[in-house]
Amino acid sequence: MKLEELRTKLGYQASLLGSVALLTSAALAFASLATGPDIKAAEEADLKQSLTQVLPGSYDNELLKDTVTLPGGEGEVLAWRARNKGKVEAVVYRITGYGYSGAIVCVMGVSREGKLLGVRVIKHAETPGLGDKIEPAKSDWILNFTGKWLGEPSIDKWAVKKDGGVFDQFAGATITPRAVVKAVKEGLQFFEANKVQLLDEAGGEK
Amino acid sequence: MNEKYGRITREGLWNNNVVFAQMLALCPLLAVTSTATNGLGMGLASTAVLLMSNIIVSSVRHLISPEVRIPVYIVLIATLVTLVDMSLNAWAHELYKVLGLFIALIVVNCAILGRAESFASKNSVPDAALDGLMMGMGFTLALVALGGVREILGSGTLFANAHLLLGPAFAFLETTIVPDYKGFLLMILPPGGFMALGFLLAAKRVYDRRRAERADAVAAAAAAAN
Repeated sequence: MKLEELRTKLGYQASLLGSVALLTSAALAFASLATGPDIKAAEEADLKQSLTQVLPGSYDNELLKDTVTLPGGEGEVLAWRARNKGKVEAVVYRITGYGYSGAIVCVMGVSREGKLLGVRVIKHAETPGLGDKIEPAKSDWILNFTGKWLGEPSIDKWAVKKDGGVFDQFAGATITPRAVVKAVKEGLQFFEANKVQLLDEAGGEK
Repeated sequence: MNEKYGRITREGLWNNNVVFAQMLALCPLLAVTSTATNGLGMGLASTAVLLMSNIIVSSVRHLISPEVRIPVYIVLIATLVTLVDMSLNAWAHELYKVLGLFIALIVVNCAILGRAESFASKNSVPDAALDGLMMGMGFTLALVALGGVREILGSGTLFANAHLLLGPAFAFLETTIVPDYKGFLLMILPPGGFMALGFLLAAKRVYDRRRAERADAVAAAAAAAN
């Protein structure tokens, strides 16, 4: 039978669709196996890089493997612990604020004493040119948090200037910095509330 | 033969440009062209997928029943895009961080299905490959043009962050057109994209009509001289 005739048969069309689906799935499965470990390694490197941004200094443990999961304000909080000789020197975790257009995901590092080592925004959808000054590439506003803790400024001053606090808002955008300040403040309160577990010497990798 | 390739090239780059003539792929176009660099990245990724999908569709065109061609093309294109996505993520992770968003968007680029359907399924493999390449270049051209216009008007720069996409050697592309520019937010936001696209489309129409009129005038003069 010639190909043109064969092509009009229902059975041929069904098996054509079937074999295309099979071939493409096989290709995808193979590619997934081939790329899986490399993708995982690259993502871990990314994560590590984003964590070390808010973690100055050097630590002797494997940061990515030393984690603790604690119940937080919304769902569970995964915290990474940085140690030197088994002692937890600092913890890093993610916090989420709700800005002008959805979630602003930040990562913050807190020292043993409860001082902020740094805050970085890792994901947001704020208005370009207005709200995106929370990115270190656009403005150094986010660096102002470094060294602050819940006693400096005092707890009622943890707000943007418009609300009677000490943090600058941006011209034309108050909602975004307000959300970040609130998230960082709640993040520090989370640290105080869970200090014992976060700084626990036992558990995790030494 | 050469004339045919010339025609395919002209069709892809200008006369039948994906954006400026066929008006396809507007969704990814408007989404990513807030800067010229983003446009370039999306254009290059789309070109790669378009080239591969045209080659594959053209080489299996005799086997495909017309009745089931659309699902076959869609599955092929989606697979190609996913393969590109995974391999970039694994082996060119820095590039993936810049292009990652755009690659998933290529699946919804109807221009690729359009070329598979209207060209690759009816033409030989070399023709289809050239068509894919040229259509992709035409698309890239449109993306860079729109991205450039929006970036200059919106942020006063051109090719900002090009080194993230092309490597440090291309940092020279990054220019500040208007120093100390306060920014014109509208052009960066989606409505600005529609406006800029509208003006670019109008400009192409005017240019094409002027050119046609001039060609007519030359032809008329030649006829009169005879």
